Amino acid sequence: MEQTKIEFPPHILEEVNRVIQMFPQDKQKSAVIRVLHIAQAQFGWLSTDVMDYVARLLHLNPIEVYEVATFYSMYDTKQVGKVKLEVCRTGPCMIEGAEKIVSYIEKKLNIKDGETTPDGIFTLKSVECLGACGYAPMLQAGEAYHEHLTEQKVDELIEMYSKNNSSVNYMGQ
Amino acid sequence: MSRKLLLQNDHIEGIQSYDVYRKNGGYQSVEKALKQMSPEAVLEEVKKSGLRGRGGAGFPTGMKWSFLAKPDGVPRHLLCNADESEPGTFKDRYLMEKIPHLLIEGMILSSFALGANSSYIYIRGEYMFVLRILEKAIQEAYNNGWLGKNILGSGYDLDLVVTPGAGAYICGEETALIESLEGNRGNPRMKPPFPAVKGLWQRPTVVNNVETIAAVVPIINHGGEAYASIGIDRSTGTKLISASGNINKPGVYEIEMGITVEEFIYGDQYCGGIKNGKKIKACVPGGSSVPILPHYLICKTASGADRLMTYESLADGGFATGSMLGSGGFIVYDEDQCIVRNTWNFARFYHHESCGQCSPCREGTGWMEKVLHRIENGHGKMSDIDLLWEIQSKIEGNTICPLGDAAAWPVAAAIRHFREEFEWHVNEPVLSQTRNFGLVTEKILNPA
Ligand SMILES: Cc1cc2nc3c(=O)[nH]c(=O)nc-3n(C[C@H](O)[C@H](O)[C@H](O)COP(=O)(O)O)c2cc1C
Ligand code: SF4
Ligand code: FES
Repeated sequence: MEQTKIEFPPHILEEVNRVIQMFPQDKQKSAVIRVLHIAQAQFGWLSTDVMDYVARLLHLNPIEVYEVATFYSMYDTKQVGKVKLEVCRTGPCMIEGAEKIVSYIEKKLNIKDGETTPDGIFTLKSVECLGACGYAPMLQAGEAYHEHLTEQKVDELIEMYSKNNSSVNYMGQ
Repeated sequence: MSRKLLLQNDHIEGIQSYDVYRKNGGYQSVEKALKQMSPEAVLEEVKKSGLRGRGGAGFPTGMKWSFLAKPDGVPRHLLCNADESEPGTFKDRYLMEKIPHLLIEGMILSSFALGANSSYIYIRGEYMFVLRILEKAIQEAYNNGWLGKNILGSGYDLDLVVTPGAGAYICGEETALIESLEGNRGNPRMKPPFPAVKGLWQRPTVVNNVETIAAVVPIINHGGEAYASIGIDRSTGTKLISASGNINKPGVYEIEMGITVEEFIYGDQYCGGIKNGKKIKACVPGGSSVPILPHYLICKTASGADRLMTYESLADGGFATGSMLGSGGFIVYDEDQCIVRNTWNFARFYHHESCGQCSPCREGTGWMEKVLHRIENGHGKMSDIDLLWEIQSKIEGNTICPLGDAAAWPVAAAIRHFREEFEWHVNEPVLSQTRNFGLVTEKILNPA
């Protein structure tokens, strides 16, 4: 996604302020994790410019934001597709066929695990347990969980997301 | 039918909403506690109930609460651990998604007992859709006077906030959770000082699991003794079990502590038996960190007694022939599953999730993953099995937090019970790529 203007629109800024106010006055650093989620949904990924903007909003040193952004696996500090298909690969999902789902998507989209389609729409990523082990195999796209996956269900999902050209992220951004 | 204390209303249409929840008896425990009881009396009921932490370690909740330091003029905090990232565990999500007000009700009771005026629910970032359900329910609770200033005219104030993580299993460890809630990387802290003395923002803090906090609601409604009358010995009350793997009916079940493992796996009201008429090969009864049990140690202990769904019975025999109730992540493997592959899969998980602060954990998990990968893929040597054993034994007990142990135990248990299968992978590098070792092991043919 092009990151031309790094600034939240007013309704998102309002949400950011609501998040900051959840914590005591001198403890607004606690808001950084959620504000980074909001920023990632807004700007597509966490570039240095985006992280610097978040640091300014929260009155933090940029390094404090970089440290957090690079620790947690949900943040993308490199550019990714508009729709991330995150397939759980951990034990319970593995024994219910997660590996087959990953290779099916690899073939269908003609990319490898971790790669993005040339049109910039899909990124495929295998991830660790998402708390849906009883409904395996499963994947997460944006905020949505898709469970009990079959090849047919994957076809439908990919068609749906190709049409919408995005997934539902923070606040429907 | 097993009695239910948490999920008895989960089938009621609209129970997510405040109105329906309230009509079905919701928030009665808060009325009782705030109007008729002192904080000490609430704590006393929790002690009497015998409730033990549902997050994995099983520490008595009443005792944990009584350790909370209470220096004058320093705020105290209750943190709800909704990080739920232990592979095989998805019960907290179910509870929060289906009955969000139950957790809020439990948070009010528990915060009241601890004298906390601002409490936090820390939820894993991937559960953002659950966070939204909770946020809506919290707003409803504020609107109806269950949160905020002077609740029910009692003079007690409580603010409740739900805040997300962003993908890190380690943030389920309580001191890492505190770091993350402060807006830092999730690196566990050295203990002491313990959170009960210096936790969130260096203030006295209690961290409890979602299910633990929810269980305080029936304890106050029915009394601690009534709660303790369910179950066996020191395993009181009910427990949520997340059941997954090769069973007919995966899902979340509330069980009375003390039903047999056999009934849980084969009973129609629980897992409903093994899928496709296959045989059971192994079971991980308490989340990926606990020792795997081979099929002959699942329904019976080594001494031949029925194995029960309790902390004590699942641990019977120690690590030699037992396991742990842990977080209640009950994973069942049928005869077609490969133990080496599963062990490698879990080792990769722990390597991925190690925060990297201590070298035995950082290096050991990576090394185990590599060696297991090589055995699984037909490039292993016989000496690799002993190497694995040695690496895991050097991690255990030598790290800042228990993630190191959690990574070591599954490897140790797999080698202990399924050594023949590891050896077969080494001896049959080609065959092991095309078919599974199956069910038969030397140990079953000639039990020692
Ligand atoms: C690596 C690691 C991950 C953990 N993950 C969780 C978790 O996701 N949820 C949880 O409640 N406890 C988790 N725990 C246990 C917590 O540290 C803590 O013991 C627990 O939240 C206490 O609550 P309880 O007494 O109500 O069980 C984890 C511990 C470790 C070492
Ligand atoms: S044991 Fe592992 S996860 Fe825990 S503090 Fe040490 S390196 Fe981090
Ligand atoms: S193992 Fe895939 S969701 Fe838990």
